[in-house]
Amino acid sequence: MKLIFEKSKDGRGSVLLPPCDVPETELKSCYKREKELRLEALPETDISRHYTELADRVYGVNNGFYPLGSCTMKYNPKINDEIAGLPGFADIHPLQPDQTVQGALEGLYKAEEYLDEITGMDHFTFQPAAGAHGEFTGLKLIKAYHEKRGDSKRNKIIVPDSAHGTNPASAAMAGFEVINIPSAEKGLVDIEALKGAVGEDTAGFMLTNPNTLGLFDENILAITKIVHEAGGLNYYDGANLNAIMGIARPGDMGFDVMHLNLHKTFSTPHGGGGPGSGPVGCKEVLAPFLPIPRVVKEGNCYALLEEGADSIGRVRGFYGNFLVIVRALTYILTLGGDGLKSTSENAVLNANYLMEGLKDTYTVPFAGHCMHEFVISLEELKKETGVSALDMAKALLDYGVHPPTMYFPLIVHEAFMLEPTETESRENLDRVIAIYKELYEAAKNNPEEVKNSPKKTVIGRPDEVMAARNPVIRYEFPV
Amino acid sequence: MSNLLFTKTHEWVEFLDETTAKIGLTDYAQKELGDLVFVNLPEAGDEIGAGESIGDVESVKAVSEVYSPVTGTVSKVNEELLDHPDLINSEPYESWFVIFEDITDKEELLEKAEYERFLKGEE
Repeated sequence: MKLIFEKSKDGRGSVLLPPCDVPETELKSCYKREKELRLEALPETDISRHYTELADRVYGVNNGFYPLGSCTMKYNPKINDEIAGLPGFADIHPLQPDQTVQGALEGLYKAEEYLDEITGMDHFTFQPAAGAHGEFTGLKLIKAYHEKRGDSKRNKIIVPDSAHGTNPASAAMAGFEVINIPSAEKGLVDIEALKGAVGEDTAGFMLTNPNTLGLFDENILAITKIVHEAGGLNYYDGANLNAIMGIARPGDMGFDVMHLNLHKTFSTPHGGGGPGSGPVGCKEVLAPFLPIPRVVKEGNCYALLEEGADSIGRVRGFYGNFLVIVRALTYILTLGGDGLKSTSENAVLNANYLMEGLKDTYTVPFAGHCMHEFVISLEELKKETGVSALDMAKALLDYGVHPPTMYFPLIVHEAFMLEPTETESRENLDRVIAIYKELYEAAKNNPEEVKNSPKKTVIGRPDEVMAARNPVIRYEFPV
Repeated sequence: MSNLLFTKTHEWVEFLDETTAKIGLTDYAQKELGDLVFVNLPEAGDEIGAGESIGDVESVKAVSEVYSPVTGTVSKVNEELLDHPDLINSEPYESWFVIFEDITDKEELLEKAEYERFLKGEE
């Protein structure tokens, strides 16, 4: 497919300007552009067809099954966009006086109250633009807390080996040393390893619960207690909150600080469509360190508090991705408490249904009930047939479904990590189970065929090494 | 290859004399990692303890740490790998990562036959 600039033809266009109704003025030469702007010249027909052609090549949750584990690619209800498009939300400026944006501030205030209730935290900031940004912000709060207490030797963050890769990366970014501890059986936290790792230098512990294998850590209260008794704080990675909403709360499990991914759990656009939002929640003890500005209620009015003596400062311009927060608030209000609870119940039910449907064909390394996601291993299939998880993922494209997360978590070899979410019907799950079974047979009977997949997609197998090392991401205009 | 020793984390070690050794990644490691696209190396002069990270390799699948089998000082790094990480895929036992000098300690190292038995257990 050609780029829009390659389709451009001089002299064509789609803009009809009205006649000029003001006197013409000659610009000073220093303000004049020396070269012509490189805008594409195309009639509207061609522009429309170009973007439709691009849209046809895209696969998103609006097209079909998209079970990326730990990404919660749920359907985004259209009402979210409708509300976010209201002029009182969409046509305002972040520098407007507070009294002219009371509705927007109330929205932020309410969103914070609801998230406090859902998670068991006392406060939230909406500044962080996405999950890893939230992790960084939360870790900065932990750092500020220890420093304020004069406890400056606490420079280590403990992370289990099943954690999301962003956890150790964020801890390093925030200036901590990362201590990795191995998982025990079933992929849960190894209590003895944790006991051995904590000490006077422990700043905090980061955990995703349920973990990346889709298992809820049954020792969670003991775990957070060990860290607290050592003087550290507990950080909850909220990437997997979709499994426990309305059922269990990180704040009740002993966590002091956490982030949410509104673009995962709370149905706001995700992936290329973003932007994301990674609000950070904390207990009262960390509140003085939260980024500014904070939304406060004074009498019946709302205001942005721009100062905080102990605040870590701003982590982003203005107040985060505001319209994403409006979408999440819409989702919360649409579903209500009971709706959010049944969201999580159905997310867990769907994942278990899918796992049960696949477990006789594929290896499930950590058997038993899962939460909202589960991991299968294609290691045996690879040994038997030479067909790898990558080959299987590519082959799935020919069946018209999006592959799951691959090669993660790292503790499972040739891993596929599936999270169907609550927004898939039973019929869809049955269809997917049938596809996975058919593909498994194909890999056994015709491994070469599978290794040469996909055949029906616009692009077959890109050269991943070249794409990583020498990506061509810029169009060179012909001279 | 007969004079190579191996770690359970899939590095190979070739002792050039008692306190100097070359380190690289084993054939099994490169196969498991898949096509490598980036390599991060330490700097000459770095003092690294046995079991600590000496750098990492990034494949199309994931980033993995490379662990030092010895305690010593980095005397030389193989800078060719920075531009051609694929050499580790094509010639794992030629593509050394670093040379250590002043080696004072080492991890538990396996003979070739022991390493091959260990791989069987891994599989």
